[in-house]
Amino acid sequence: MENQMKRGLLDVCVLAAIKCEDSYGYQIVKDLSPYVEISESTLYPILRRLENSLMLTVRTAEHNGRLRKYYHITEAGLERLKTFSEEWKELMTIYEYVTREEKND
Amino acid sequence: MTKAEFIDSLIKNLNGLSEEDIKKSKDYYEEIIDDRMEDGIPEEDAVGGLGSIDEIKDQILTDVPITKIVKERMKPKRALKAWEIVLLILGSPVWIPVLAAVIVVLLVLYLCFWIVILCLYLCDFAVFVSGFGGIIGAFAQSNGFNTGMFLAGCGIALIGAAILLFFGFTKVAQGMIFLSKKMALGIKRMFVGGKEK
Repeated sequence: MENQMKRGLLDVCVLAAIKCEDSYGYQIVKDLSPYVEISESTLYPILRRLENSLMLTVRTAEHNGRLRKYYHITEAGLERLKTFSEEWKELMTIYEYVTREEKND
Repeated sequence: MTKAEFIDSLIKNLNGLSEEDIKKSKDYYEEIIDDRMEDGIPEEDAVGGLGSIDEIKDQILTDVPITKIVKERMKPKRALKAWEIVLLILGSPVWIPVLAAVIVVLLVLYLCFWIVILCLYLCDFAVFVSGFGGIIGAFAQSNGFNTGMFLAGCGIALIGAAILLFFGFTKVAQGMIFLSKKMALGIKRMFVGGKEK
């Protein structure tokens, strides 16, 4: 997969991981691992990027006597997910067209 | 490697970034290691599973703008003394033009990079237009059928070449952008890391 495309997809995956409820770094990686190849080190710049583009906010909460950062999706983040699902429908149409051609060959 | 050793090494390797950036990275990796250990992973494995410090450093640097890194590196770490300010003012006829030259050279290099890409596509466009010219010329000329066929053939060949070149040039442009990113990362690595803050 092209790097740029993978980068965009990972952004969307991270937003999807915090769509229903706030989550933290380690949990996000655990949630996404069955679907996409992602590590804690890959996640860090993605979280920073999404925070800088105001798609998520960060809050700190105490957990077992230490601090943990929880990530919360914003309206802009939800909007990005919505745009993604619309774009994906278009991509699926193209995918169906491409694979149909392959079958005809 | 223990958690403390890892965090210490990370801080040393990020020396050159802003205090805030270093603290954010430190907090993040401390939290991740703690969470991994809480999940039952032994400390050594919890740290080892994160990958090498160099890889982590590259991941962090990729998204930090080069200007921010250079600015942070040039910022004095302490208040300047009076004699240092005087020296800076007296030396300004030398260091200001040198600094300006460095900035201009970097700017020109950046412009050259995009101009090369622009030129590639302009060449491709010129070939494409020439192809059209050939086809139009085939109908407009008055030297007979053979010349017309020759011109039309050349025109079609040029249009075909332009289409092929477009894909080729796109690959070249992608390669150049990839290389420029690698170069940018290399420059960032020169400014970040080294001795402890």
